[in-house]
Amino acid sequence: MLSIKNLHVSINDKPILKGLTLDINPGEVHAIMGPNGAGKSTLSHVLSGKPGYEVTAGSVSYNGKDLLEMAPEIRAREGVFLAFQYPVEIPGVSNIYLLKAALNAMRKHQGLPEVDAMDFLTIVKSKVKLLQMDEKFLYRAVNEGFSGGEKKRNEILQAAVLEPNLCILDETDSGLDIDALRIVSDGVNSLRSAERSFLMITHYQRLLDYIKPDVVHVLADGKIVKSGGPELALELEEKGYSWLEGQAA
Amino acid sequence: MMAADQSAYAYLAAYPEIAANLPGSESAWLQQFRTEGLSVFEAHGFPNLRDEEWRYTNLSLLNKTLFTPTASQEVAAEWLNAFRLENAYSVVLINGHFSAGLSQLSELPAEVAVHSVAEILRDNPQRLQNHLGQAVGNAEHSLLAFNSAWFADGVMIDVAANYQLSKPLQILHVVTSAEALAATRNIWVLQAGAEAEIIETYIGSESSYFSAAVNECFLAANAGLTVYKLQADADKSCHFGGTYVKQARDSRFAHHNFAFGALLARSDIHSDLDVASECQLNGLYLGSNRQHIDNHTRINHLKPHAISREFYKGVLDNRARGVFQGRVVVVEDAQHTDSEMNNRNLLLSTDAEVDTKPQLEIYADDVKCSHGVTVGQLEEKSVFYLQSRGVDAEAARNILTFAFANEMVDKVDNAELKAMLLEQLLARFPAISL
Repeated sequence: MLSIKNLHVSINDKPILKGLTLDINPGEVHAIMGPNGAGKSTLSHVLSGKPGYEVTAGSVSYNGKDLLEMAPEIRAREGVFLAFQYPVEIPGVSNIYLLKAALNAMRKHQGLPEVDAMDFLTIVKSKVKLLQMDEKFLYRAVNEGFSGGEKKRNEILQAAVLEPNLCILDETDSGLDIDALRIVSDGVNSLRSAERSFLMITHYQRLLDYIKPDVVHVLADGKIVKSGGPELALELEEKGYSWLEGQAA
Repeated sequence: MMAADQSAYAYLAAYPEIAANLPGSESAWLQQFRTEGLSVFEAHGFPNLRDEEWRYTNLSLLNKTLFTPTASQEVAAEWLNAFRLENAYSVVLINGHFSAGLSQLSELPAEVAVHSVAEILRDNPQRLQNHLGQAVGNAEHSLLAFNSAWFADGVMIDVAANYQLSKPLQILHVVTSAEALAATRNIWVLQAGAEAEIIETYIGSESSYFSAAVNECFLAANAGLTVYKLQADADKSCHFGGTYVKQARDSRFAHHNFAFGALLARSDIHSDLDVASECQLNGLYLGSNRQHIDNHTRINHLKPHAISREFYKGVLDNRARGVFQGRVVVVEDAQHTDSEMNNRNLLLSTDAEVDTKPQLEIYADDVKCSHGVTVGQLEEKSVFYLQSRGVDAEAARNILTFAFANEMVDKVDNAELKAMLLEQLLARFPAISL
């Protein structure tokens, strides 16, 4: 589904990713861990098409297509979803407006008719329940005045409605208390399927107690320095990152 | 006297012939009133950049063309009806003259008197004399003086004490003649405890004209007036609209100013507040291409315990220029004043410009006054967030701009007017409708 080969990325001529290679198959959950400054967020931003990043070498293939050639909105319509580390507040635009605009943009791209208003409400309300959110959230401005936990839940709500093929979770667990973490994790787990893949970027091992990854990677100094099963995360928790950072050099 | 501005000569030279056709020529006091206006205009010409209150707005456009009054009452009814509210009484002014045929006042209750100024001058001039010029005292500038000399008609409204007008009254200022001057003077009187809603709509079917309306409003004790102004004048026109209000104690005045049209537009909204009165001024100005939109507000807290709230938003694109001057004066006697002013601007192009000048002048020592101003652009992180959800960049920008502006439309309680405003907003920023 996703094949990243030898990816080099710079910001303002400063190299951040220095030859990252990663393959994700349909249905797999990959976790990327690593110390601050390793390039974790840069990876999520480059995959979603955020401006300001220069790809100096390498390639990213998504379902056989060149992902880096696509505008951000095309990536979204093709089924790539980024759950933001810091979701943006959009005053004046209600959650339900954004959900409908996003869903219809995706359906149009796929040659499907716009979703029927009643069907849409039924879908959205079931997802709201799944994430244990109040329906009132639908009519509030996107993320405006939301707590940290509410913002993260709202990101997963959007993923649940849009049903992406590749879901990138950028530090989705940061700032969540244990109850919110459980709810968000339950939401993510309910989205897991044989076709849908996940790329979880996290600083902390505890998220992986709730969302079990198939593969854990360690990102250090712009490269993946070690990959392994879920047990690798526990090892990192115990030893920290310093013993691996040497291997990157 | 010498005109300060040579260009005013054309207007002054044309005046004697025009004056002969203005209403009230047999009334000595009105002649005196007009002559005073004329002499101020003769001395100053139109306001210019040297005047502090006009330093951001160049009126030279008024001098390039001699705008002249016309008696034409021609109008395309179907076009006009698109701007009419169904659930409202209406007064239609065509090229600055009251049109009895097009106005819809037959069901007006006895407690509400609506007459053209020409009619009042004929039948009951004393009523006009009691009010004319009384609300503009502190706001005198030469464009007001021009209006005093040139006004050809207007609407006088009188709402009886403790009467609440159940339907709004819409005043349609319509210009249908090229290079026309539509100068009106309007007097609105709300007796004690009366309540009314007035909707002003400014439109034109020709592109170049000069619409100059001055409203003088008198709110007696505990009266309540809400004014919605929709300025959708044609794209090469000049618009001046001044609303000057005298608020007696415990009265409530709300003004919503939607400045969307004209090439050169200036609004003055001034209110004098007595004890415990409330004044709310909201505004939204949208400028594109080479539009210049100036909003000038002044709130005079003259007595204690009054409350004022002001919130203006502007969106400026291309080479458009916006001006916001908000002045709040709190005199020594106006203790316990509570005043807030806010102006927020969104610039959509690097060539767009806004000059914003909030002014607080406080001479009392126990007051609560604040003001805030922002000028910014659309946030790229917001555009990207919407893109990351499948919305293309252009639509994302339109959605964000629409949302910014819609906050002011959302404050409109009249559902029919709100729908009309939304339609205009969506036409400018085509966001995906829901």
